[in-house]
Amino acid sequence: MEDTVKLTGTVSVKKSEAALIKKTSRAVRKNATETVMKIVLFICGITGVASVILITLYMILSGAPAIAKIGIINFLFGDTWYAKKGEFGILPMILTSITGTTGAIIIGVPMGLLTAVFLAETAPKSLRNAVKPAIELLAGIPSVIYGLLGAVLVKPVFYYLEELIYKDDPTHKFTGGANLASAMVVLSIMILPTIINISETAIKAVPEEFREASYGLGATHIQTIFKVVIPAAKSGIASGVVLGVGRAIGEAMAIMLVAGNSANMPALFNSVKFLTTGVVAEFSYSSGLHRQALFGIGLVLFVFIIIINIILNVILKSGRKGTAQ
Amino acid sequence: MNELTRKRIRISDIVLKALILLSAVITTAVVAAIIIYIVKRGLEGMSLNFITTAAFSYPYENYGILGNIINTLYIIIITLLVAVPIGVGAAIYLTEYAKRSRLTTIIEFATETLAGIPSIIYGLFGSVFFYNLFRLQYSILSGSLTLSLMILPTIIRTTEEAIKTVPISYREGAMGIGATKWYMIRTVILPCCIDGILTSVILSIGRIVGESAALLFTAGIAAELPNFKSFTDIFTKAGGAGGTLTVQLYQYAQRGGGEMKYAFSTALVLLIVVMVINVFAKLAARKFRKV
Repeated sequence: MEDTVKLTGTVSVKKSEAALIKKTSRAVRKNATETVMKIVLFICGITGVASVILITLYMILSGAPAIAKIGIINFLFGDTWYAKKGEFGILPMILTSITGTTGAIIIGVPMGLLTAVFLAETAPKSLRNAVKPAIELLAGIPSVIYGLLGAVLVKPVFYYLEELIYKDDPTHKFTGGANLASAMVVLSIMILPTIINISETAIKAVPEEFREASYGLGATHIQTIFKVVIPAAKSGIASGVVLGVGRAIGEAMAIMLVAGNSANMPALFNSVKFLTTGVVAEFSYSSGLHRQALFGIGLVLFVFIIIINIILNVILKSGRKGTAQ
Repeated sequence: MNELTRKRIRISDIVLKALILLSAVITTAVVAAIIIYIVKRGLEGMSLNFITTAAFSYPYENYGILGNIINTLYIIIITLLVAVPIGVGAAIYLTEYAKRSRLTTIIEFATETLAGIPSIIYGLFGSVFFYNLFRLQYSILSGSLTLSLMILPTIIRTTEEAIKTVPISYREGAMGIGATKWYMIRTVILPCCIDGILTSVILSIGRIVGESAALLFTAGIAAELPNFKSFTDIFTKAGGAGGTLTVQLYQYAQRGGGEMKYAFSTALVLLIVVMVINVFAKLAARKFRKV
């Protein structure tokens, strides 16, 4: 029996069979790697989903108790926030976040859209190459730096205006420039890159035939841009605006130093507290119900963001349908 | 004849053209002003001492950001170590394994949601969740794990885009000579989209360096130099609090007064880092779009 080899002492098989066993065991191992990798990759794939679920769960778990204790009506519609006295009404903050974001959009969207038009349509290549990196830098600058610059450059301007406007008004509480108007300006600059980049992409995606048809009818370049190209790119532009809203409403550090931080009702020259700045300003020294209430604010902000996300998804979906037709 | 060939001049065209130019000029001027102002004010407090020593405790007699630079590096490294494998894995799963189904829609929606959640929410979440997990109030580890969730969408999307540029014929070629799927991914797909993954890493570093709100609640504000006595101290450091450059900038700016110039010096350091990152991101992106 010279043709056999010993395998694990007990079984003896022919050489050719041994090779076959080796081969199949390698195949099994290979198969095992395949399966393991498939599972590992699947787990990676659903990590994002798991994170979203976890974040939602934790935001509700840590935010809801305070809201329940304070009472949802008192919490959402109460107009005084005075933690020491146990008054936790966040209506001023909600309204400030909404007006602040609206202000930022009113300033930022026209500027961003027109800059996007400049980049995509009217700019000569050399100018485009100069402006584009500037906008990329604007997107990369950390938000605290915007806050710092706002505090030393924007605040004085609005303090000057404030002194001019309220010169003869003894009831006005002077803010030293740390007010809603300053915050709006800082936010509007922060959302510029988002709006410019997404609008530019949307404008560039408009087929060349649209423009040619418009020229063919005798329209000028500018008419074509405003009557044909922008309407055709409107769903892309809209998603840029919604993303800008999301960025503005969630921004905290950039407006910490320019908004003033007292929970007043929003007015251009009032010192105000946003939902975000309210949390950042008080988080480090809060405890007990106060801290829970801050998580309640976080939950309200989270709900805003989820709503914005759903709107964004609807816009994107309708945009896709539009191009498919 | 003249009537027909004469170019029509519309007042509204001129006005709109002027507005377009004005917007672009203002945007660029804002950026230029930001750079010039930061450089000018930042140089006041800048010195070799400022970037090679650490501030100890308040009130500081010595102003230095070396401790914050080290903390920032720690957070960058840990965050990337956690997020890059998961993000790349998710991208591979989405492009190579998953069939278009309800699940992929959900994954995409989740990725989109993660990208839209503001950093302050991540901070709040991280401060509770990782506190429950590790029982550490403020730690570099908690901060890094929080940021890993934040940068996951960036990595998934950029990697996905890169994987999609790998021609289908490469896959068919590999499968045709008997390679298994994972072998094909490991030896064909991944090497082909390494530039894309690199781009996502660079973009992520940019986000980590610029982040502050999420770290304020999770990693804290410590600015000391690490005290490495033994090898394991390198790892235990991650269990302690550590403020990054942005967090330190915020501290300086909040206290104001004479410390304002150090806020600007820190801003100058950050600005330079951001510029370098932008250049690298562009180089990497150009390379991977060529493939």
